[in-house]
Parts: sequence; C-alpha cells; structure tokens
Amino acid sequence: MQKQILSGCEAVARGAWEAGVRVAAAYPGTPSTEILENLGAFASKPPAAYSVGDGLYATWANNEAIAAEIAYGASVGGSRALVSMKHVGMNVAADAIFSGAYAGVNGGLVIVCCDDPGCYSSQNEQDNRLYAPHAKLIMLEPSDSQETLDFTKAAFELSETYDLPVMVRMTTRVCHSKSIVTLGERVAQPVRAYVGDRAKYAMLPANAKKRHVIVEDNLARFKRDLGDSLAQFTKSESASNAEGNGTLVITSGMSYMHVKEAFGDSVAVMKLGVTFPLSEKLLRDTARAFDRVCVVEEGEPYLATAISAMGVDAAAPSFIQGELSAARVREAFGVGSTPLFAMPEQSAPANEAPPRPPVMCAGCPHRGFYYALSRRKGKYVGVGDIGCYTLGVNAPFNGIDMCICMGSGFSIPIGLSKALEAQGDTRKVFGICGDSTFFHSGYSSLVDAVHQRANVCLVVLDNSITAMTGHQENSGTELHLMGYDVPKISIESMILATGLPRERLLIVNPLNLEETGAAIDAAISNSDGVTVIITKYPCALLKESIKARGTRHCEVDADVCVGCKMCMRAACPSLAFDAPRRHAYIADTQNCTACGLCRQLCKVGAIKEVA
Amino acid sequence: MATGILFTGVGGQGTILTTRLLSNALAELGYDVKMSEIHGMAQRGGTVNTQLRYGERVYAPNIGEGEADFVVAFEKAEALRALPYLKRGGTVLTDEREIYSMPVLLGQAAYPHNWIADNREYNVTVIPAQEIAGKLGNARDANIVMLGAVAKLLKIEINIPARFSVKAYEAGKEAV
Repeated sequence: MQKQILSGCEAVARGAWEAGVRVAAAYPGTPSTEILENLGAFASKPPAAYSVGDGLYATWANNEAIAAEIAYGASVGGSRALVSMKHVGMNVAADAIFSGAYAGVNGGLVIVCCDDPGCYSSQNEQDNRLYAPHAKLIMLEPSDSQETLDFTKAAFELSETYDLPVMVRMTTRVCHSKSIVTLGERVAQPVRAYVGDRAKYAMLPANAKKRHVIVEDNLARFKRDLGDSLAQFTKSESASNAEGNGTLVITSGMSYMHVKEAFGDSVAVMKLGVTFPLSEKLLRDTARAFDRVCVVEEGEPYLATAISAMGVDAAAPSFIQGELSAARVREAFGVGSTPLFAMPEQSAPANEAPPRPPVMCAGCPHRGFYYALSRRKGKYVGVGDIGCYTLGVNAPFNGIDMCICMGSGFSIPIGLSKALEAQGDTRKVFGICGDSTFFHSGYSSLVDAVHQRANVCLVVLDNSITAMTGHQENSGTELHLMGYDVPKISIESMILATGLPRERLLIVNPLNLEETGAAIDAAISNSDGVTVIITKYPCALLKESIKARGTRHCEVDADVCVGCKMCMRAACPSLAFDAPRRHAYIADTQNCTACGLCRQLCKVGAIKEVA
Repeated sequence: MATGILFTGVGGQGTILTTRLLSNALAELGYDVKMSEIHGMAQRGGTVNTQLRYGERVYAPNIGEGEADFVVAFEKAEALRALPYLKRGGTVLTDEREIYSMPVLLGQAAYPHNWIADNREYNVTVIPAQEIAGKLGNARDANIVMLGAVAKLLKIEINIPARFSVKAYEAGKEAV
C-alpha cells in the first residue's frame, strides 16, 4: 500500500476520488480551496472536456450556492457528488442544503465544510457543527488526514444508505496540517439510474411536509445503527492506569489530538467520529462506567449542550473563542502548564520584532486604485469586500471603512448612502469588489443599485483571477479548472445589460494614476444614480504577468533623487528609503514589476525602468 | 516525546516547501510526522509559520509557546518574533537576511539589527544562507541551504529531489 504525506484537503480529494466521485464543485475559500484544486488534478483531461465518462468533472462555481446546487443536481441524477466550501460559504449555500436534505439523494452527496477557529483567514469563527442538526445532515468529523480520507469515502456510502447528504466538517488545523496516509484505489461507481420522482425531489409544500417525516425517520435509523453496524466511527480508549479510568473525556475532530497531546493515555477518551446525530444510548452507556465525564471541544458548546440534554452530567470548559491547543486543555483542567516563556536563564528578549502585516504585492494593480482614491480623502466613504483588495483598509491608504462578507461591497453602499444623505453628509459612497466577488454575488447587488438609482460609485477591481485564495479561475477567465478553454464572460457587457448609461461606465488602467484619478473625480461629481468604474489590470503574480515583464524593473538614480519620499507614498514592498544617504532605492529588484507607480509619483524623474 | 521544529519566514521565501521536504525525509526515516502550514492572509509579504513535529507517535500537529525544540528562521526579525515558541534550551537557526516590512519601510517601526548580540543567553546560529545560495548561482535556493543546515542539526541525511540544488543543500550542511 502506498503511503504519502497529505494535508486534510488533499485527503478529502483523494478519498472522494477513491470513492468514485463523478462531479465536484466549489467556490474557493481558505482553508477549503485545495480540495477542488486537487480533485481538478484527478479530473478527466481534454479532449474529454464536458464529458464525464468514467472520470470526474470538477469545477469552480461562481458561489457556494451554485456549487452546492451543481453537486445536488449530480446526486439526484445518480452520480456521487461533492461540494466543498469554507465555513462562511455554508451560509451562502444554506438555502440549497437545507431543502436538498429534505429531498435526499440518489448518488451519494458529500458536503465538506471547513471552519476557521482562530480566524487565520476569515471574517468570523462560526462553528458549522451547529448546521448539521439544523439542516438534517449526518456529520462526520475527522481528526487527521488518514481519517479524513477514510471518512470522506465512508460519507458517500452513508449518504446513499440513509438517503441524506453527509457533511464532513473540518477545521483549518485539519485542512492545513499534513500527516501520513495510506492510499487506496479508485473504485468505479456505476451511475445510478435517474428516475424522475416529483414526490421526492420537488419541494412544494405538500411534498416537503411528507419529506420532513421521511428525513427524520432516516436520521433515526442512522442513529440506531450508530452503536451497532456503524460502531467503527466511535473510538473508545481506556486509560493506561486504573485511576485514569475514573475520568472519561468525550471529544471529536482536532480536539481529540489536543486531548491526547495533553493527557496521553492517562485518561479514558471517547472520540466521536459522527457528531450528528448523536447516539444517546451509546453516550449514556459509556458515560455510566465513569465517576467523572468531561467534554473537550473547540468552538461552541455543541457536544456539551447535547450531552447534558441527555442527562449526562459533564464538565465542559469553554473554548468558544480562538483555536484550541494542548496547552489550553492542560490549563483548563489544571494539570500543570506548558513550559511557558518565563525562563530564568532565558528572559524575554530586549528587542521587539517589527510588525509585518500582509501587504499588496509589488506591482499589484489594486495599489494604483487605492493610491488615487486616498488622494481624495474627505470626498468619499469606502466599502470593501472579500479579497486581496481588502488590504486597502490598512495604512497608508485606509481606503475602506468596512467589510463584512462576499458581495456586500456593492449592496452596503445602497443603504449607507441613504443614511449619509439623511444627515447631510455629501461624501460619495464607493463600493469596491474584485472580479471574482463580482461574479459571486456582487452583480446582483449592482443590478439593485442601478435599479434603485442609488447615488453610489461601484468599482470592480478586475485582475482577471481569484487572487487571494491562490489564483483560481472564475467566469472572467478563459480557462477551466480542468484545463480547457471556456468562454470568458464580459463584466462590461453584464454591467451595460442593466441599462446603465454608457458614459457612466468608466474603464481604466489602475496603474495609470491620472486616468484612474479622473474616473474617481467623475464618479464623485455625478450627483445621482450609479457610476461604475472597472479597473483592468492582471494580478502581478500571474504566470503570464511574470513572463510578460521578464527582467524589467525600476531603478532609482540616487544622484537625481532629492529624498522627498513622494514615491514612498505608494507603500510598495520593493521600494525602500536609505535614510543616511537620503534617497529612495529599489530594495527588491526580483519582485519589482516596473509597474511605474513610483515613477509617476516622482517629481524629479529619478526613477527609471530598466531591463 | 515528539520533536518540534517551527519554521518561520516571510511570504515567498519557501518556508512551506522546505518544511514539506523535511517532513517527507523524516517520514522516509520511519518517523510519524505531522506538519501544520497555516496560510491565507499570511501570504502577501506577511509572516509565514509552519510547524513540524516528529517522533514515534505524534498527536497534535501544532506547536505552542515554549514547545519548539528548534526555531528555523529564513529572516532575522522573524526568528526574534518566534522566540516565545522556543523550548528552554532550544536552538535557533536563522538566515542573517533582513527583509524590511512595510512599517519599517515607512519609518513607523525600527528593525532590530542587533537582536542576536543583545540576547546572548539564547542559543542562536546565524548563517548567511541567501548569500551562500547567491554565490552558488541562485539566491532563491536560500531555503535549501537552510534545509542542509537543519539536516546537520538533526543529524539526518535528506535525499533532495532532483529539481532542487544539491550544492545548496551541501553548502548548508557545511555552514553549521
């Protein structure tokens, strides 16, 4: 058997592939993105484009709801299907998932959702385990990559056996940690016949009421089997010494690893692989043998609440905020602390490391737009969205005041502009989205803004890729995840289709400050209705961009430079200032793209492009 | 007991790749290996941390404060930032390279050029990894030089995949 070190995300992809998944869809989102990227690598290659054959069709979708619906359609049609998303993506997909669960499946349907306790790359710490009982999904929680692979495979079987979608719930630490996995082989699954069954799949009120009864029955049947034919999902480990066997720790997922790290084999542990539905019988019977029961879980008190509702008296320290660790577990149970930093021979260092916040890359086209916008302080209020350009919130640009979720960058301005108008604030509200966010949900907000004649400026920062999550294709790119050409959808045509007057759509090169500034000024002076600005310039990190610029970069002529630091206002990571010699210089010629922004800011012509 | 190594650097330096190469090598030697590579906002020039733990049986993939046997830094100030993770008596290995963050470039924060000299009680080994790699032909191989140095510290031998510079790896071993 071949062994490999896989991340949790890679293990999901591998497990789904081995289980014979035929259709997989997702919208990118950290920490879930690599699932579809890796499935894409398994997928059928051209010329099999569009045809599934014995292989796999893997695709990015414009948002999580669409991805879930693509997977759902494939499941009803008889194929094993998978959809993956980050935790907040589940909010977007929830409508499809909730009612889809009533209808049930045909081919196994697996929903992988990746939570982010610790907010490593997210706007909140929501605990999606709470979705499982709400949406009526069987929930599996793997704790390492081997289990992720095994659970993903099992999830398809369970889905088909119990006629329910199965949710595989992961966290950043499961998704992005790597451990040793034994690989299996792909087992081809025959496509199940598609049989039109309106009573099952058409969720009109009369059918939905009946399906609600069936879905509860299916969950009850699964719950009965949990302590019996599905016993392999629950792992009970006794303590290595007798006194340890007085205490039982109930846990799941990555929390299990922290418990084992903290206590080793000194306490008995019940690790739940299935965390919805829970088997009361199983939990009560196991807990009965112990003097003391503890629940250790990262996030919301989900297990603790359910277990105490069963009448089991369990201690449950709260780890509701932040990521769990072995040290936090030890501390909560008062069993010694980790060798923390207070060390006699190693006092805290006298120096301090300077902050290193993430920044827009050298050559990033967003920098030009934000620079131009920031020169018009007091004339606008910026509303951001989710993407690289969210970094425009930071100094020195401070280009946006708020940012909550995908697509909101184009809808918040509608309401905000009304509220500002009500208090005589004449600043123009600017909504700022990227191309991928535009396709995700920004467009429907834009349609509303135009339709309502909102007095706002909406900006699409089009860098031709979904950049923040690591360059995934979207509807504005010509390439499909599976490597073949697809029609590129025109953002410009979509916007003009709303009936927005042609002169209210301004398309600019964001690295041309004069052109971009003029468009921003025009938008500020328009006093009614929507102005749209599209900034068009590809991401500096795209392979094509890197190839196109070759070795071109900028140089500062130290003899011409007067040390005025105007160029430093670009806040470019490639540009530095030599304070003793009082001149700017390109500190990183490898990453400087010769984008020309600093050159435009220089009043004395000290910056030149060189090959 | 598992051995913990915390790798730290700046986005784009190859921190994750280096940790993966070491993970594979340790797995080939028969160890249980777990590695955490949290990324996302960490790209785009921010700090990147990866954590590797190996031993007979490894549970948690991450390293808490005071739990790292080794801190391996691809940038000097990042070594300083990672010190709270170091176990008492643990070893720091760092490239002498300095990369200035935006607050330093904007003059809002000072770069701690002399932190190693100011904190002699720490066991810090400094090697000019980027300089060595540059002399061998490609400054971007600095991470492979660092990997060689780590191999020496861990007393293991790593079979470097063909697409990486064996010369850089060997030079790293000689640098410590």
